[in-house]
Parts: sequence; structure tokens; C-alpha cells
Amino acid sequence: MSALYIHIPYCASRCAYCAFYSSTFEGNRKDYIEALCREMDLRKEYLKGESVRTIYLGGGTPSQLTIGELEAILNHACSVFDCSSVEELTVEVNPDDVTDEYVQGLRSLSVNRISIGIQSFHDDELKTINRRHSAAQAIEAVACIKRNGITNVSIDLMYGLPGQTLDLWRDNLQQTIQLEVPHVSAYSLTYEEGTRLTRLVSGGELKPVDEDTCADMFSLLREQLSAAGYVQYEISNFAKPGMESKHNSSYWNETLYIGLGASAHSFNRDSRQWNISNTRVYIEKVLSGANDFFEVEHLDLDTRYNDYVMTTLRTRKGMDRAHLKSAFGETLYSYCMENAKSFLSNGLLEIEADTLRLTEKGIFVSDGIMSELMKV
Amino acid sequence: MKNIRNFCIIAHIDHGKSTLADRLLELTKTVIGKDLQAQVLDNMDLERERGITIKSHAIQMDYNYNGEKYTLNLIDTPGHVDFSYEVSRSIAACEGALLVVDASQGIQAQTISNLYMAIEHDLEIIPILNKIDLPGAMPEEVEDQIIDLLGCKREEIIRASGKTGDGVDLILKAIVERIKPPVGDPDAPLQCLIFDSVFNSFRGIIAYFKVVNGTMKSGDLVKFAATGKEYLADEIGILRLDMEPRKSISAGNVGYIISGIKTSREVKVGDTITHVQRPCEKAIAGFEEVKPMVFAGVYPIETEDFENLRASIEKLQLNDASLTFQPESSLALGFGFRCGFLGMLHMEIIQERLDREFNMDVITTVPNVQYRVYTKKGDIVEVHNPSGLPDQTLIDKIEEPYIRASVITSTDYIGSIMTLCLGKRGELVKQDYISGNRVELIYNMPLAEIVFDFYDRLKSISKGYASFDYHPEGMRESKLVKLDVLLNGEPVDALSTLTHIDNAYGLGKHMCEKLKELIPRQQFDIAIQAAIGAKVISRETIKAVRKDVTAKCYGGDISRKRKLLEKQKQGKKRMKQIGSVEVPQKAFLEVLKLD
Repeated sequence: MSALYIHIPYCASRCAYCAFYSSTFEGNRKDYIEALCREMDLRKEYLKGESVRTIYLGGGTPSQLTIGELEAILNHACSVFDCSSVEELTVEVNPDDVTDEYVQGLRSLSVNRISIGIQSFHDDELKTINRRHSAAQAIEAVACIKRNGITNVSIDLMYGLPGQTLDLWRDNLQQTIQLEVPHVSAYSLTYEEGTRLTRLVSGGELKPVDEDTCADMFSLLREQLSAAGYVQYEISNFAKPGMESKHNSSYWNETLYIGLGASAHSFNRDSRQWNISNTRVYIEKVLSGANDFFEVEHLDLDTRYNDYVMTTLRTRKGMDRAHLKSAFGETLYSYCMENAKSFLSNGLLEIEADTLRLTEKGIFVSDGIMSELMKV
Repeated sequence: MKNIRNFCIIAHIDHGKSTLADRLLELTKTVIGKDLQAQVLDNMDLERERGITIKSHAIQMDYNYNGEKYTLNLIDTPGHVDFSYEVSRSIAACEGALLVVDASQGIQAQTISNLYMAIEHDLEIIPILNKIDLPGAMPEEVEDQIIDLLGCKREEIIRASGKTGDGVDLILKAIVERIKPPVGDPDAPLQCLIFDSVFNSFRGIIAYFKVVNGTMKSGDLVKFAATGKEYLADEIGILRLDMEPRKSISAGNVGYIISGIKTSREVKVGDTITHVQRPCEKAIAGFEEVKPMVFAGVYPIETEDFENLRASIEKLQLNDASLTFQPESSLALGFGFRCGFLGMLHMEIIQERLDREFNMDVITTVPNVQYRVYTKKGDIVEVHNPSGLPDQTLIDKIEEPYIRASVITSTDYIGSIMTLCLGKRGELVKQDYISGNRVELIYNMPLAEIVFDFYDRLKSISKGYASFDYHPEGMRESKLVKLDVLLNGEPVDALSTLTHIDNAYGLGKHMCEKLKELIPRQQFDIAIQAAIGAKVISRETIKAVRKDVTAKCYGGDISRKRKLLEKQKQGKKRMKQIGSVEVPQKAFLEVLKLD
């Protein structure tokens, strides 16, 4: 089983927090789609013939593409890779792109899951981060998706936005719960280098939320969603039972995945690779047949171990100790357990059956714990 | 011998001693252009960077004057209070001194104390007003200061500039005309004064000396008076830019000896070299064993580096006999060494040399002086580590070392300097007006009070203009207590200090506050306490980190996040684990620094 990610780098406007590669220039869309298809041809062996279980179109803003454009991409993917047993096909959309017609179109392409970038239900907050939709549009978009027959909907939220208070965040959570979607991803705002938000904060025009308030927000998130029947199956992801994102899970359970398009990441167990992030250069290189549009990182045992620690501990399922021992050997196993000792004794990690996982308390300081278990 | 002149240069840091020396070497053609790396005499990298001379050096020049050839021996001296004993031995080897004063800055404390030392040794003083080319030069005013100080005539002062070379020829003439040739009998029993030694990894210890009486020949069997050890003089010679071997060196001249000595401990500055066969009656006066003034623990960051650290310190000691060390252990830091230093600068230099020359990253603990503890049973214990203090109930009294400090300043800063000295338990002994608006303050002060930030604070309150020098002034009884620091209830022995009871509360509070800044938030609350015995006198809490979570692995970008976490772990490696608390290396030294 494998996973397929397709990156659509186009956006109508740039969000103030975004350091992700996206382009607000629409000009070379046709070339880009051609390059995507060419890349599939070039890398058709990457998935080693394993059948694709999940497809994810992310961005950028995939909903900037027309149904016809999406169809061309997906059709080509299905002709190159074995897509006969796809269980989950997700498309990320922006609320203001959602119409009855568009959702119908997505359905006709066998899209069965939609991830919608809402971030906040307060217009002030949306303005601060330069989103182009309004709160009302977001609510309507969710309703529209549902009435057109796609019920597997995920909402993206952000907390710790400049000016956000605990009460405002509570409103956002209440509104989310009322929409009765099966999946929520909630991210704490991070100030990435080079973004407008970072400039505004360092220039003193915006005040970042302090660590304690952010911790309170994280705490409230967990409380409210859990009371509403969601399970925190990964640090930033919440789902009703059985509604976890299958695609996301492949990032942390060592599933083979291929990422197509500018800046997309791939993993084949021995190495990770990522495509060049500049769209124009990506198109030029791929279309000219050059084979240097990506960078590769080969994974030695320690690095694979570090990845394993980091990805498994982020999940509710935790780390399978038997697997740790069989896949990484006795030495790394003992190293891990030795370093875990102090966290086990102060209640930040716990062992249940043969699983090592973060406790509720541990989740809040998970970076420190994971880094301590890593081999550097 | 009548054509030999031995002289040194007395100057404050930055008054241009080294540049002026370079000019003398150029003019006498001792160095030719291409060899002239700026400031020939300061040949340790560290010396050049800091613009100070750490070790003494010597160099011989030939100078033709009125048809006669003269041999000029310049004996360079260290320029910091930590090394004043070395300075005294260099001075003892000379008959004259160039007093170099910066025309824009005037006379400084260091200059005065070294000048007095030179006058005590009957040296002929040649006053030189340097840097006259500077726009801020105040030649008349500084000349007035010199005249007041020396009682010399205005026309005896030579105006010069090391930078432009002005006046340098006049200096050479004055050296020949004014400085007396050395006296001594080349046929008397041998008597040589060692004024410095250096370590050479191929040849061992090379001692620099002045022949006071007699003649030393290559191959002679010689004896060092203080150590009683005998050696064969394998090679003797004079010092130019490089060493130049000679068959013999006679009374009045300066040279070097190589005799297969492996460690600097056998060559003591101030010692006398004589012949085994026909020894001199008595050694040259003034020899002292160099005693460390400041002690601190030096520990490897990684405990397994202990043996490497030992090897590194041993090597350093080969060319720096003033460094002493003995193994000690600390509950907090593991195994390390208690090292003795001449002063704070010396300590910093050793730490830096360990890092640069041996790649040894070390933690240096809070430095302290050596205390003398009288127990009730009548024993006397020398304590140079707070953890070695006997139990309070067994102590009759404690004495601490005092110094006589001289501070020279413009009268503008007198008030704040007096406040500073008072805060450091200083007692004003006297105050002398040197000239116009310059005053010299003499204080008796506990050495412990200047060990830490005195010099830095003096510089800052006087905007860099006050200068400072000190000499030991015996021991005095004091009310001292041991101040402990506890992290989460566990005493950190490496942070313990001995302090005067009046300072204990302020210091305890300050240390707690400072540690709160220096120790990063961790996954649990950290209580920082300062205590005297069982009594807690100050407390701070570092609240636990509440949130340390990265949100998202964008589109499967695992590598980026992994690298961030790996970096986080790298950062921790530079911390020292004390109990459950991680303490950054710099905390140990910075905890006592005041803002």
C-alpha cells in the first residue's frame, strides 16, 4: 500500500503566516499540469508497484484549479500508478471557491474527502492573517459540501493568532463543533522566517500570544473536542472514531509515499526526497527532461530511528516497542528506553502493553521529549 | 661591558610600548622589513589579540654611536597586575627604564607602581612622551605630570611617536648616554638572574637570564640555587629575533640557556644560576616562590574528558609554572582540577588557551581566594575551595588575604569610585593629588572583593579612564560564611562561595536572580535557593515550560522537523546536568557578574 501527494502551488492571495511554496501568478498553470504528468511518467517506478491507497491534493490551493484541470491530473495519475484500490481521495479547498457545482464536479472525480482551510470563525482574525474568505462564507461552504454529498470533511483551524484571546478561541471551537464535521486539524501558529506576520511581529506592529495563553488554548482545544466526541489521534489532528485521515497516517507509519509537483516530499523507506520549490524552475527542469529537480536525503539507521521516534510519538497509538527492537536493533532500543526513563518517572511518557506514548501532560512538551530520545 | 646597556620599558596597556619597541628594532636593523610582523615582541596569538604582553621577552640590538658599537638588551615586561612579580625580576635585570606615557592619556596606576619598582632598583629613568602625533595629545599637561612624578627637567623628556618614528633616534641616543653600563666582575664566581623562561616543544625549557657576575661558557656544569638542581649548559646564546648560540656570556650581558630541562617548575623566575665547581656565595636577592592568588575548579564538560584535561593542563604548566593544579571532585561537575592562578586575567588566559590549543571546552567554577582557617583545636587550615571549609562549629576564626590597591583617576569620578571601593569593604588609606585633576587613591581591601567584577566596574564607572594596581598586604580576620546555592533542594557545590557575612544576603539574592535568567525553562518547576547552612536567604522559581510542541509536518516534510529536534538536542549537549536540572556552562562563571 502506498500514498500519493500532488501539490498545487497556486493561491489567489498569500496568507500572512505562510512560508509554504505557493504562487499567486496563474500564468503557467497549463505548463505546470503538463510537468506534473511528466513527473509521474519519470517516476512511475517510485512506488515499486505498490497499489495506491490514498491520494491527497494539497497546496497552495487546489480549488484554484478547474474540475477539468483536476480531472486531467487524476486521470494521468491513474494511468501511471495502480489506483484501483484507492480508499481515500482528499482535496484541499478554500471556502470562497466552494460552490454546489464545484463540489458536484469533485464528486464526479471520486473525491470522497474535503479538507477546508477555515482557520478562524472571526472576521478580524481572518483579516489579520490575510485570508480571503469571511466567517459566513466558511460556514456556508461546509453546508454546501455536505448537501452535495461529501460528508467526510475536515476543518483546519489555527490558534495563537495575534490578538486572539482564550474566549475568542473558545468561540471558534464551539462553532467548529456545531458544524458536526468528522475531522479537525488544529495548528498553533508558528512564525516562519520571511513571512509577513513575522515581519509585523518583529516590527512591533502585532503582539504574539504568550506561551502560557497558547498552552491554555491547546488545553481548551483538547478539552472541548474530546467532550464533543473527537479523539486526538495525533498532536494536531482530531477525528470522530474511525474517521482519522488515512493519508496523514501514512506519513507516520512508514508507508511509501510519492509527492508530485513543486516542493513535494517523497519517502521510499531508504531515503526522503523533495522537489525544487520554485514552480517556474520545476516546470523548466521537468519539461526539459532534466533529472535534477529534487534533493535526496539518504536515511541511515540513526536517522530512520529519529524519524520513527518523532512520527510515532506524535500519535495516540504511540511507539510499538517490539517493532522498535526488531526494526532498529537492540542498541537503539536500549538507547531509547534509557532516555525515556526520566520521562516515565515524571509522568510525561507512559508504557501500556508494549506501547510507549506521550501522556496528556507529555503532549504539551513533546518536542523536548522527542528530541531527548533522538540519537544525535 | 662598558658598551652594554640593559633596559626595560614601563608603560600602561595601549600606551604604545610594543610599537615603540618595534621601531627600536627597525632602526637598529635588528629586524628587516619582511620579518616585521607588527609587534614582534608579543608572539603569542593571544597577546597580539589582547594587545598585552603576557610573558616577558628579551631581544638584543646592536647600535653604533659616535664610532663605537653598543649592545642594547631590551627586556620586555608583562603589562598586567597579575604578573607584577615577573615585572620586578625583569626590572632587577636592568640598569635603565624607558617610561613611556601616552600623550593623550597621561600617567596610569600601573605605570606608577612599576615606576616605583624601577626607582627602588636604582634604574635610570628616561621619560618618553609617546603618541605625540595624536590629535588628542596634551604634551604640556602630561609633561607636567611626569615632572611632578620624577622631579626631572622638562628637557629630559623625549617626545616621540612609535607610529611615525619621530624621536626614536633620540631615544636610542639617550639609552647610550644616560643609562649606566652594568657593573659586575667577569672573573668572579658565576651569578645569573633568571628573569623568564619559555617552553619549546623540541628543546624543553629555555631560561632567559642576565649575568650579574662571572662568565658562563657553553658546556659548563651549572646549578640553580632555589631548586638545587644541576644541569649541563648544552647551549647558551643571545636573543635576537631568533636565538643565536655563543661560546660564552659574561657579566652584564643577557642570554639564554638550554639544558634539557623538561618542565617549567624547575626554572623559577628570580632564581640564580651559578657554577657547580665554583659557586657564588649567595643567591641574588629578591627571589620569591610565585604564589597563586585566585583559585577555581576547572572541569571538563564531558566527564570522560578528565584524562585529556589533565594532559592539557600538564602541558600548559610546562611553559607556565605559575599555574598550579590538583585533582578535586565535585558532586555537581564530577572530576576536575582545582587550579591556582595569579589573577583573573591569568585565569581567563588559561581557559582560553585550553580551548584554543587543546580544544578543551571546560567549565570554570566561581573563583575564590585562599583563606586561612584557625580551628578550635588550634590547627591552621589553608582553604581554597568553599567545600573544604571545616564545619562552622569547629572554626575559631577565619582570615582572608588583603591587598593594597592603588587607583588613579580623574577627579570627576572620585565619588563613584569611592562608593565602589566602600561597597567592596575598602578602607581608604590616603589620597594624593598627582597633578591638576588627577588623583591617586590608596585602599586596603580584601582580595576576594576584587577577584570578580571590580576591575570591570571600575572601568565602566570611570568610562575607562581609571587605572588600577595592587599588591598583597597580609591576612586579616573576617566574618566569613559559606553561601550555598540549591537547585530543587540539591546543593550545587560548584556554585558555593565564601563571602563576608554583610554581603551574603545581597549576593544570595543576586545569584538566584541571575540563575533564573541563565537557566532555561525546563519540563518542571525549578526552585533556586541561596542558603547559609540550613537557612534559606533567597529564593526564585523558574516555571516549567508549558508548551513545547511543533504544530505540523507540512505535506510529509519529516526531514525539516527532525532536523529542528536534532538541533534542540545538540543545544542541550552543551549543558551540564545537575540532578534533574540542566545548567548551561556559562552559568557557572556569569552567575557572579553584575550588570
